[in-house]
Amino acid sequence: MSLTKLIERLLQLVPVLLGVSVIVFIMMALTPGDPVEIMIGDQNISAEQEAQMRRDLGLDEPVHQRFLTFLGNAVQGDFGTSFYHRRPVSEVIAERLPATIELSLVALILALATSIPLGVVAAIRKNSVLDRLATVGSLLGVSLPGFWFGILLLMLFAVHLQLLPVAGRISYQSEIEPITHLLLVDSLLRGRLDAFADAARHIILPAITLGLPMTAILTRVTRTSMLEVMRTDYITFAEAKGLSRRRVIYRHALKNALIPTVSVAAIETGSLLGGNMIVETVFGWPGLGRLVVESIFVRNFPLVQAAVLLYAVTYVMLNFIADILYTVLNPRVKL
Amino acid sequence: MSTAAQSPTEAATPAAATSIFRRNMRDFADNRLALVSAVVVVLFVLMALAAPLVAPHDPNATDLFRRLQPPAWMEGGSWSYPLGADALGRDILSRIIYGTRISIFIGAAVILVATTIGILAGLAAGYLRGWTDVAISRLVDILLGFPYLIFAIGLMAMMGPGLVNIILALAYKEWVIPCRVVRGETLVTRELEYVEAARALGASRGHIMLREILPNILSPVIVVSTIRMAHVIILEASLSFLGLGVQPPTASWGAMVADGRAFILESWWVSTFPGVAILLLVLAINVASQGLRDAFDPRFSE
Amino acid sequence: MTDTAASQPLLSVSGLRTVFETRAGSVFAVDGVDVNVRRGECLGVVGESGSGKSVTFSSVMGLIKPPGRIAAGEIIFDGRDLRALSPAEMRMVRGGEIAMTLQDALTALNPALTVGAQIAEMIEAHDPGLPRSEPARRRAIRTRAVEMLGLVGIPSPDERLRQYPHEFSGGMRQRIMIAIALASRPRLLIADEPTTALDVTIQAQVLELITELRTELGMSVVLITHDLGVVAEHCDRVMVMYAGQVVEEGPTAEVIADPRHPYTKGLLGSIPRIELRGQKIQPIEGQVPELIDLPPQCRFYSRCALAGADCLKPIEMRRVGPDRQARCIRTRKEVGA
Repeated sequence: MSLTKLIERLLQLVPVLLGVSVIVFIMMALTPGDPVEIMIGDQNISAEQEAQMRRDLGLDEPVHQRFLTFLGNAVQGDFGTSFYHRRPVSEVIAERLPATIELSLVALILALATSIPLGVVAAIRKNSVLDRLATVGSLLGVSLPGFWFGILLLMLFAVHLQLLPVAGRISYQSEIEPITHLLLVDSLLRGRLDAFADAARHIILPAITLGLPMTAILTRVTRTSMLEVMRTDYITFAEAKGLSRRRVIYRHALKNALIPTVSVAAIETGSLLGGNMIVETVFGWPGLGRLVVESIFVRNFPLVQAAVLLYAVTYVMLNFIADILYTVLNPRVKL
Repeated sequence: MSTAAQSPTEAATPAAATSIFRRNMRDFADNRLALVSAVVVVLFVLMALAAPLVAPHDPNATDLFRRLQPPAWMEGGSWSYPLGADALGRDILSRIIYGTRISIFIGAAVILVATTIGILAGLAAGYLRGWTDVAISRLVDILLGFPYLIFAIGLMAMMGPGLVNIILALAYKEWVIPCRVVRGETLVTRELEYVEAARALGASRGHIMLREILPNILSPVIVVSTIRMAHVIILEASLSFLGLGVQPPTASWGAMVADGRAFILESWWVSTFPGVAILLLVLAINVASQGLRDAFDPRFSE
Repeated sequence: MTDTAASQPLLSVSGLRTVFETRAGSVFAVDGVDVNVRRGECLGVVGESGSGKSVTFSSVMGLIKPPGRIAAGEIIFDGRDLRALSPAEMRMVRGGEIAMTLQDALTALNPALTVGAQIAEMIEAHDPGLPRSEPARRRAIRTRAVEMLGLVGIPSPDERLRQYPHEFSGGMRQRIMIAIALASRPRLLIADEPTTALDVTIQAQVLELITELRTELGMSVVLITHDLGVVAEHCDRVMVMYAGQVVEEGPTAEVIADPRHPYTKGLLGSIPRIELRGQKIQPIEGQVPELIDLPPQCRFYSRCALAGADCLKPIEMRRVGPDRQARCIRTRKEVGA
């Protein structure tokens, strides 16, 4: 793919991102409750001071002006002040982001590592016991409510068997000096295998819960596309060449069958974002998702606004990556 | 109007579409598992409608003496509270039965609203083309830019909790899905001969869209809508779980699971049973809609 | 042994029955077929789709997968019974000694692999004489790949090895598929409808190429086609199939000049040819029967102009010339008189 085409595609994202920010802005502008009143709370403040706060926050300006200010600031990473924390929103979000990223990455890796082999084997042994199990499993996977599944896992592994911790990212004894803020990575970089094991024990249940729907979907996509590919002429031709079955499956079929899987995976990574809110709430995971849910209840709207925008931009970018991956993997499609 | 019946493409006329519909329904009935699932869905619907008759107790009646009472088959349980009681001593079974109403009502309402809007918008975009298509497609692109749950959570934060607000929050994004299906199908169907015949005979645009095109593209829309219904039910339960959905004391499955979280150490049943209900209903809808899809839209079957 | 071996056919199939199990019943796609392919010759196999011509040679290649299976028959290739071979031995024959090209190169070439990779793996799988050391091995494979592309007439083959199938024109792709099939220096090439997907001008070029390479490489060719014109031009002998059976077989010139089965005559009638100018073109009426629960009678009965009461019994192949056979009991009287 040429650079100009890539840039062209990127430019096509601009209206979408603009539209997304308009919607986020409207969402929050229409939110009932005056932010100044929320900030003041029980404090005794003069009308003069209140008017000053209003001016500081730019709330006295007309709507379109406020949107432009919001957009200008957002582009620079300035999302205002978190009422609740009395600190810049961007700072609070940056603190919570690594936990969410780590959880999402582990969930993604787990999902890919189980769904692709499962889908492939189910396809090449169609109607076998394993295929049926994979089919039933993926149906269950998309039908299980994540919050409930997480609680079941907690009850079984944390409460009943007491094998795994109930909540949090790491035990306080295992805390380590951060480098990347991804605990699994940092503990290895610091050579603290005990901390790594501890972090792994904390992350496993949330990651399984978060990754389950994606695993289910990807298993199904891989199986279907593998079945489709195995019926194509080029597989017949590869067999007619006298290649080994292994080579036919892994070199000729898989490479083509994974094209839809990879782009669905990129799109589904976006849906992990929404799942984060649920999973982090269930497992007391100190990430962005839980922060957003908590912020709604304390009416900390600048933070909710920033997070929704951040999620949406990430989501749009993931879809964009899905598109690009599809073209890169598929030499037939020319951009 | 008789234009359709006289058109040369017999298979695509509304009249032929009904007989195809009948054959598809027979295919569906042949699929035993899908049929059983459809029956399960119907049972849930009946349970929702007849909740006051079926439920052994008032779902909101508290009885502090029965606080966290275990299910009947466990020690300390009783058959008058078959699935046990929650932290306020309310009968879990009765609350699950009443909770069915919320799940099914919201699921059906969202799908109904979203499908109606989606069909109209999709027909307009696909048939009228031009700036209508551009405007609708842009809006669809923008809405697709939000992860579903996050969009709904943002809206619920803005609008506050409540039954109507949930339906709106979910429908605001949900219509995009039927819209895309309808638009795609319309783009193909508008070029078919019988549509052109109707156009040549001077049928109005509204007539062509609603009477000529719509009946022929309804199958995929129905299939997609049923599949989406399962998603919507999970989304509603998720919102209620987070406390952003239906407000207490109204029984909703998601909120019931959330209620039980505080007691997972000793009273596992409080969270477990409402979740089983969600799983059963969603699974039944998924299997039934897969059966529908295989019968109606063989393009997707394996 | 060499003496008799040389006079024996390269491929000899007898009594082949290939069945597909379906919900409606067993479909006898190939029902008692005998084939002989002699050394160095080109055998044309003609028939409508569904006549069993492709299934016959997929059976020879061992490419029949469930729900299909070979129910009976012997497949002898160069003195070896292919059905008795182990899967690994059969793999060496498949592609190595018997190669096959499919109808449409666009779908037969893997879109995700370069042309070079697709030739290379054929060479690698079937050439035991490749050097052991990795760099030398790679070089040898590459040289062969370039040589093969050159052989089928791809200009500047060296550079084109790195390209993907979609970067070639239809005719070029067909040539590449032939290059891949021939890269293992097979002794028999089965070309399944090699020209159906191509433009008329390119059709001629590809067929010319196959004929040239046959002489050059000294191999036998089976040309599966539904076009008797192609057979007339390129094949030494022809075999006509109908509804899972061979209905006529013999030297091409004789069969075309004097068809002994009404179906062959019908096929000839449906191609406009210069020699036959003036004669009315008559497409054959009716359809190939469903291959499930066929009644024990002549399978062409329902479409045959000559059919009579004596055709309502199983009809055997009958010798109708020194090197000719036909499955019709009424030919001598009415056909080709």
